[in-house]
Amino acid sequence: MLPEQLKSQIEKDCADDIESSAIYRGDVKFYVRKDRLIELCRYLRDNQNLGFNFLSMITAADYLDKREKRFEIIYSLYSIPYHHRVMLKIRISENEEVPSLTCLWDTADWQEREVYDMFGIKFTGHPNLRRILMDDDWVGYPQRKDFPLTYELPEFSHNRGNVQIRPTNPERN
Amino acid sequence: MGDKTMILNIGPQHPATHGVLRIQIELDGEVIVNAKPIVGYLHTGIEKTMESKTYTQALTMTDRMDYLAPMSNNLVYVMAVEKLMQVDVPLRAQYLRVILTELTRINSHLVWLGTHATDIGAMTLFLYCFREREKILKIYEFVSGVRMMSSYFRVGGLAKDVPVGFDKRIKEILDIMPNKINEYEDLLTENRIWKNRTVGVGKISGEEAIKSGLSGPLLRGSGVNWDIRKANPYSCYDHFEFDVPLGKNGDTYDRYKCRIEEMRQSLRIIRQALEGLPEGPYITEDRKIAPPPKEEVLKGMEQLIHHFKIWVDGFCPPEGDVYHSIESPKGEIGCYLVSDGTKRPYRVHFRPPSFVNISALNKLAKGRMISDLIAIIGSVDIVLGEIDR
Repeated sequence: MLPEQLKSQIEKDCADDIESSAIYRGDVKFYVRKDRLIELCRYLRDNQNLGFNFLSMITAADYLDKREKRFEIIYSLYSIPYHHRVMLKIRISENEEVPSLTCLWDTADWQEREVYDMFGIKFTGHPNLRRILMDDDWVGYPQRKDFPLTYELPEFSHNRGNVQIRPTNPERN
Repeated sequence: MGDKTMILNIGPQHPATHGVLRIQIELDGEVIVNAKPIVGYLHTGIEKTMESKTYTQALTMTDRMDYLAPMSNNLVYVMAVEKLMQVDVPLRAQYLRVILTELTRINSHLVWLGTHATDIGAMTLFLYCFREREKILKIYEFVSGVRMMSSYFRVGGLAKDVPVGFDKRIKEILDIMPNKINEYEDLLTENRIWKNRTVGVGKISGEEAIKSGLSGPLLRGSGVNWDIRKANPYSCYDHFEFDVPLGKNGDTYDRYKCRIEEMRQSLRIIRQALEGLPEGPYITEDRKIAPPPKEEVLKGMEQLIHHFKIWVDGFCPPEGDVYHSIESPKGEIGCYLVSDGTKRPYRVHFRPPSFVNISALNKLAKGRMISDLIAIIGSVDIVLGEIDR
């Protein structure tokens, strides 16, 4: 199916679930209403003519100071029978939760955990939302734009008191 | 945890985990009740670091993810940037990319085969595989100057044209490899011990595999016909004839057969690409993306400015985001790229096939013996550099 056909068909079928849609560089993209995400994904997965049975990727991006709503979650769905792909996006602000897709695809488990680990975005209904790449007692979310890239200044006798120590988890040890 | 079960910890330092993977297994006697992979020991923040590098500099980070298939990682990244910038890549560069990424596939599969067989006890194969792998690494060195972290691809084409004698070296590989692959098969395919250890081990159905997001030989071993090279051809893959080997049972043995056959198909692609290798430029002639040749820089004012601008500023893709994916030796590797119009990527995310594949370990290992777990980890074919990034 051509990207234009795909876009218009999904727009027609799921008008209630979609905020806006676009085609950019051949990628079909939809901004999805957060509360309708699971229904939309279930429809896309189970519809025989679309067949989006493969959840390829979940990730997020941090648009700090660039957008009103800070985060964007990106889902990439692929249809193995028909070889086409769509990108679904949700805009959320800080401290807002997103519904988890673990009820539809098992692969969402680890990928959502990675998003949580890197951005601190919580997924409602996720069975095991813990850090995955960083330590369990790590403080902060590394992929956020306000997380510094550079390493910390170690404290020596000559700069004692002037070094900002990164807070650690009080429950450690 | 029940009364009868015990917890056993394997790794992070364990030779059979192919890196620093830790697995917490709950055992009932010798039967696995639950296997929980724990990752992150090699996390180096590659995605975060890339945000502070220019597009060309960031390319060098991609080699370090899946260090057994550096060219595939390079390819997915440069193709994502090219998609964003709508660059036309010359045909010669596309053909050379195909040759080199298919060599990468053989390289990665050789390491997989060698280590997988060693895990199960067939020690000989390790040395055989690494002997041939070294020949491929020699070709990497020949074209790029580096054995492993080649960073040979560039946005718009290649870093430089291949040196004289490239085709002779590739032909050498094409001549020896088919016999070598037969040799590996002689040792394993009908070997009774090998079959005992692999047939029926780590079974997964096609439907479950799709649900778990498995891709590459893992998915095809379960009989699902999905190869991105065929399904959504990129970089001229539609010019070449090749078959996609499929398994039936989705067990370790079928995945083994798939990968062995994939190596043969890769050789077939390389042969066609080498025969049809067109002459022409090796990188795009868009001077906003690729620097002009050195001779022109020394003669012309405009070329000098382009040269200067490229090396000082790099290039700025338009604002927007794209997702591009290719078939890496381990499965679907994808690159999600966001540009804010500056010379550095705003956000880069890789969809690492190893990360997704290992997350399904429990499904594969549940109910099997602990010794089967080693065979299963081998057949998933993971690289921890890519899982943890």
